[in-house]
Amino acid sequence: MVFDSLSDKLQVAFDGLRRQGKLTDKDVERAAREIRLALLEADVNFKVVKEFVEKVKTRALGSEVLESLTPAQQFIKIVNEELTSLMGSASTKLTFSPRPPTVIMMVGLQGSGKTTACGKLANFLLAQGKSPALVAGDVYRPAAIEQLKTLGGQLGVPVYDEGDQADPVDIAKHGVSWAQDKGRDVLIIDTAGRLHIDEKLMEELVRIRQTVKPHNILLVLDAMTGQDAVNVALQFQERVRFDGVILTKMDGDARGGAALSVRAVTGKPVKFASAGEKLDSFEYFHPDRVASRILGMGDVLSLIEKAERTIDEKKAREMEQRLRKATFTFDDFLDQIQQVRKMGSISSLLGMIPGIPSAKLKGLQVDDKAFDKIQAMISSMTPEERRHPDIINGSRRRRIAAGSGTDIHALNQLLTQFKQVQKMMRQLGSGRVPKNPFQMFGNPS
Amino acid sequence: MAQLREGLAKSRKALQQQFASVLFDRFDEDLWERIEEALIYADVGVDSTVSIVEALEEQANAGAIKDSAELLAKLREVTANHFCKADTRIDIAHRPAVILMVGVNGTGKTTTIGKIAWHLKELGKEPILIAGDTFRAAAIEQLVEWGRRVGCEVVRHERGGDPGAVVYDGLAAAEARGADVAIIDTAGRLHTQVNLMKELEKVRRVIEKRIPGAPHESLLCIDATTGQNGLIQARMFKEAVELTGVVITKMDGTAKGGIALAVSHELDLPIKLIGTGERLESLQPFDAVGFAAMLFDESLGRR
Repeated sequence: MVFDSLSDKLQVAFDGLRRQGKLTDKDVERAAREIRLALLEADVNFKVVKEFVEKVKTRALGSEVLESLTPAQQFIKIVNEELTSLMGSASTKLTFSPRPPTVIMMVGLQGSGKTTACGKLANFLLAQGKSPALVAGDVYRPAAIEQLKTLGGQLGVPVYDEGDQADPVDIAKHGVSWAQDKGRDVLIIDTAGRLHIDEKLMEELVRIRQTVKPHNILLVLDAMTGQDAVNVALQFQERVRFDGVILTKMDGDARGGAALSVRAVTGKPVKFASAGEKLDSFEYFHPDRVASRILGMGDVLSLIEKAERTIDEKKAREMEQRLRKATFTFDDFLDQIQQVRKMGSISSLLGMIPGIPSAKLKGLQVDDKAFDKIQAMISSMTPEERRHPDIINGSRRRRIAAGSGTDIHALNQLLTQFKQVQKMMRQLGSGRVPKNPFQMFGNPS
Repeated sequence: MAQLREGLAKSRKALQQQFASVLFDRFDEDLWERIEEALIYADVGVDSTVSIVEALEEQANAGAIKDSAELLAKLREVTANHFCKADTRIDIAHRPAVILMVGVNGTGKTTTIGKIAWHLKELGKEPILIAGDTFRAAAIEQLVEWGRRVGCEVVRHERGGDPGAVVYDGLAAAEARGADVAIIDTAGRLHTQVNLMKELEKVRRVIEKRIPGAPHESLLCIDATTGQNGLIQARMFKEAVELTGVVITKMDGTAKGGIALAVSHELDLPIKLIGTGERLESLQPFDAVGFAAMLFDESLGRR
């Protein structure tokens, strides 16, 4: 890969620029180049990239750098906002017909995962209390009907088929009245995968659309698709007029830039993201997650926002008071751990810290369970012990270890770490800031 | 092959006109940017694009390129030279020759196996297919259907069975029947699924154990529409099963398949076959010069 993390690159691009207040021409130009490369590596269509980068550049030029952010972070903030707004400002909801069945037609290239997505969508609708049914409209690919029937069998969802000799338009039409008779309220029609330049098959889709008038047409798109995603989307848009996209194979490590391209050129939203082999790995699309995935970086800003939301201001002030008096107790320690954990798993938090190269994180296995242990041990202490850890002698140690289901060794480690933290807190109180903020949480391993 | 040539001749002519009239009338920064864009648009990726453009610039600076026609020729030449130089033919000089097909989901492994089997039959060889994809619903049925169309035996177990076991039995059957080529289908798997990649390593070990020296070919299927993730896929599969080559499928669409160049160049893997459609005969040998020319047709005019 050209780079591991865009955020690292931007730090470099803005190196030497230390909070000068405004982003200058030259800085923006350098950063824009990095963004351009990142988007291209993520398979965003190059024309879309061009327009996008221009937009970001215009906004970034001369924009005030917020006090709390570095210029690099400021730039990322702008990029992220533009990216999220571009992808997120449309509804991901399906249209449900007042007169059931609601018909959903699935279209897409071969191998994009249509048939699997049919099964997953049916499962998703089941969980919402709907009673879906499936129609096997792919009469061309060998065993496609079998595959849909197997999925239907696993889910307990009925599947309508007429074998592989019937006309898909008839199958779809008959499927709708069959679903009505059976009292199913949503009908998902699988269609054959096809190339967007295959006239005959595209014509067949148009006829199915005209005949059954689906309430939703969903384009199934592989997250790994490259530059051609734009052609595919435009062709399907022109011929079949889809309403939204299901992005599949999101459990891989593709950045999914195709999602951005399709949104940009067709205006159609990505509605669902599908990941993995299991039928329940299917969910509404979260633009913010994919925005940061496309950029290949931890979401710096969401860390800041999360921290703001989670850490209660009043508690922070109390903490400050204690710090000044250097009375940092196990209660505070526990409180801090809980505050941090509210923000998510420690490993995911680490991924959001700018300036930590992702390469370094790869080898680092943060065991979130270690924090469970620490919490258990602190919970097993009496209030007196928490305030004055010095009184924890041998027999108290045995009791705490037994009560928390850990051992003396682990408890000793915790006590040693706590003393270090206390010492650090005193330094903090006296204005000396420790270099690594994560020492605050001790070393859990 | 004739099909490809015919198509190429057409695009070459169109290409020359476009290059000459629209693009290469000036030698300036803009020009290099346009070449870059054409390569990026073809999914060649940033690294390989930079490498090609640098090589081209070097020649231009050395005075080796005087006009647009020469530049066009050089661009094609430099691009073609970026492909790995190893033998692009499929090794079937064993009995049975064992071909292992791997790749992520939906790239066209099973279809490609059907096509290879058909071509082998045409050559008078007797292939046998082994249904190693015991995971995906109806994958076995799909392979059996190809076997029926081609007219060759398919060794299969029940769905959900151990892929290693069916591969072992399949190879035993291939030897017992005196088949010329055994082609093994495997379940599509994302390269990020550690357990499934381990399973693939195991399948490979089973093959090696049953027939020393096999598999003689381990081919990775990559869909031509794949973007830069294809490079990561190839790297991971190469690590797991020691790939001998790559098959680029679905080249009959509008995707340029430039990821083939990135994979071949950066991982030193030969592209061996090109899939161009649904029909049994739609499989072609790889030709670097032709492919390089195809990468640039009309995409340059579309900007």
